[in-house]
Amino acid sequence: MTTTIGRRATGSGSPTASGDRKGAHARRIHGSPWIAVGFAAPLVIYLIAFYAYPLIRSVDLSVHDYNIRAFVQGNAEFVGLENYVDVIQSDLFPTALWNTFLFVGVSILFQYAIGLALAVFFRNSFRLSGFLRALFLVPWLLPLIVSASTWAWMMNSDSGIINSFLGAFGMEPINWITSPDTALLAVIIANIWLGIPFNLVILYSGLQNIPGEVYEAASLDGAGAWKIFWRITFPLLRPVSAITILLGLVYTLKVVDIVWIMTKGGPANSSLTLAVWSYREAFGTGQPAFSPASAIGNLLIVIALVFGLFYVRLQRREEH
Amino acid sequence: MRNTSTKAAVAFATAALAAGTLAGCSSDASSDGSSASGGAEAGGTYTWWDPYPQHEDGSDWANRVQACGDEAGVTIERTAYDTTALTNQLLLSAQEGTAPDVVLLDNPAVSTLADTGAIITMDELGFDTSDIDENLLAAGVVDGVAYGIPIGANTLALYYNQEILDAAGVDPASITDWDSLNAALEAIDGAGSRAITFAGIGTEEGSFQFLPWFWGAGADLTELNSAAGVEAVQLWVDWLDKGWAPQSAIQNSQNTAWEEFLDGKTGFVENGTWQVNSAADAGFETGYITIPAKDGGAAPAPTGGEFVMAPAQSDSARYEVTTKIVECMTTPEGFVETADTFAYYIPPTADGQAAFLEEHPDLSVWVDAVKAAKGRTSDNLGTDYPLISEQLWTAVQAAMSGASSAQDAMDAAQDAAAAATGE
Repeated sequence: MTTTIGRRATGSGSPTASGDRKGAHARRIHGSPWIAVGFAAPLVIYLIAFYAYPLIRSVDLSVHDYNIRAFVQGNAEFVGLENYVDVIQSDLFPTALWNTFLFVGVSILFQYAIGLALAVFFRNSFRLSGFLRALFLVPWLLPLIVSASTWAWMMNSDSGIINSFLGAFGMEPINWITSPDTALLAVIIANIWLGIPFNLVILYSGLQNIPGEVYEAASLDGAGAWKIFWRITFPLLRPVSAITILLGLVYTLKVVDIVWIMTKGGPANSSLTLAVWSYREAFGTGQPAFSPASAIGNLLIVIALVFGLFYVRLQRREEH
Repeated sequence: MRNTSTKAAVAFATAALAAGTLAGCSSDASSDGSSASGGAEAGGTYTWWDPYPQHEDGSDWANRVQACGDEAGVTIERTAYDTTALTNQLLLSAQEGTAPDVVLLDNPAVSTLADTGAIITMDELGFDTSDIDENLLAAGVVDGVAYGIPIGANTLALYYNQEILDAAGVDPASITDWDSLNAALEAIDGAGSRAITFAGIGTEEGSFQFLPWFWGAGADLTELNSAAGVEAVQLWVDWLDKGWAPQSAIQNSQNTAWEEFLDGKTGFVENGTWQVNSAADAGFETGYITIPAKDGGAAPAPTGGEFVMAPAQSDSARYEVTTKIVECMTTPEGFVETADTFAYYIPPTADGQAAFLEEHPDLSVWVDAVKAAKGRTSDNLGTDYPLISEQLWTAVQAAMSGASSAQDAMDAAQDAAAAATGE
């Protein structure tokens, strides 16, 4: 293992050096800076068209009062931050924020924990482990409309399989998606199930990068499975864990589809998250309100950005 | 040697590619040319959008649309979206100036769209809308001007499972008001079947299903928390609390509610004209009654169905052909043909209804129901309706799920609706 790493390091050194030499050679022949611009142009155009413009447009929507008429005629009134103020002062804002916090927090906690447990479990190859691992990817492969509808059926109060299972043990049926007390829990459960494959795959590949010698040494020193996990696997997996959690966070913050298909954010807004609220404002009613919708969307971007910066800081500290 | 062979290969590939491109070009050109020349004689291609993706190319409906184009001497290019996508696409295309020539859209959206100035009036197209039943046209009228013509109308009624009613000793004819309906539901529940199901989903469909009870109690959309309005919510809440309706009704769409009914274990279901064929094919005997008002008589159910409209075009010369296409859909024969193509879309004019009843005398209940129906955007609500409706479905769900009492839910809805429409 160590030798491979060593060889890879020396191997990667030489091509870069020769590449530099070749690059210097080329620069002497075609020295024009326009060539550089020309090579950068496709990327720059792509970035502007597909990243910068939508972002600017989203901000633009949120600082104007785009009702439908203004949207068609293109003469929306500039209202500054009014849409943001309206959204934040709305009665729904605390509900949606708290639901988003619960939805994201609980989802990630369980997705990560279960994903990590499965990854460690599959680290020891055994018969059929490849096949079983593939089975765990199924939630990822199914179209969301299928998995969300299936969860909604399973959680049906009157004829769902979950309630009939509970009934077999003499428990009272639970009105999963029709009760304001459990609707959020119901969509969180479905979302955890959906997110496990992602965590499993990334953490599993992270585990592959932990050298086997470390484990060998640990077991020679008499460390038990539990100790090995907490002293070796978990700390060495930290960089991978951090990126998994960050990506999971960004994905989960913007989840609309599963909630929309299962509960539409209801009943009585009990499963309304910020993302679902944004979607509902824009597309869920007969009167599209694009400006508040994009204001909520931009707030979500800011929240995601905060966590992104937090991650970068964390990483920088790790490097030092 | 290797070099020449590579060159030859490259040359060959290039030639093949060029030939292919040429062939592609020429075939394209010829087909383009023929359609262009055909178009020049006949007036070109007209675009048509409708919310019926379930009717694919080659279906009866698609053929009927094409036939209307043939009659007007043009080719119709039809695109189908689902209702929500259609509204969004229409707004985007109106913004970009690429709107279709003809569009069919769900009736509550008409006033919203008219408000944008993106569609032209029926008057500009040269249509006289005075023949059309006023209650059905109302959704398309803004400030006394009609912006569309209903191509047909549907509404809601109560379907029943004859076998379950027989077992419970319930005579559907005895149901004339809420009390007799509740008595019937109690009897069915007592006989061991589920009494009723409906769609309480948190979308426009939920409001659509609730309105017959809301209006039937005598309530008005401008005052959601009136005693009558609260009473209507309480009616649904009681059905759930007593176990007469399933919990799933809170999140049911109209399709899901219908599926539940087709299981054969439910006495009544609230559903629309469009299920007539499906009801006839059910594995048990079915029937339907109009939804009763609280104190007797038929409750005004909301009208459903699409309007045909003409989005504004930069080239106003196109309107002439657009008129012909719209006319094809709105003659009495045209209405009846639409009614037959879809599962029973009741014609919106007296002539059309007469012609329709001649073919289907058994459907007179539906014609009566449509005549008694009420447009959701009428009462001069117009573009306020979607805002009120959103609060209404939220409140009904809140009360049914036990999040708040009927009175509190409707009070909150009224406050929110007033705030939203007051802007």
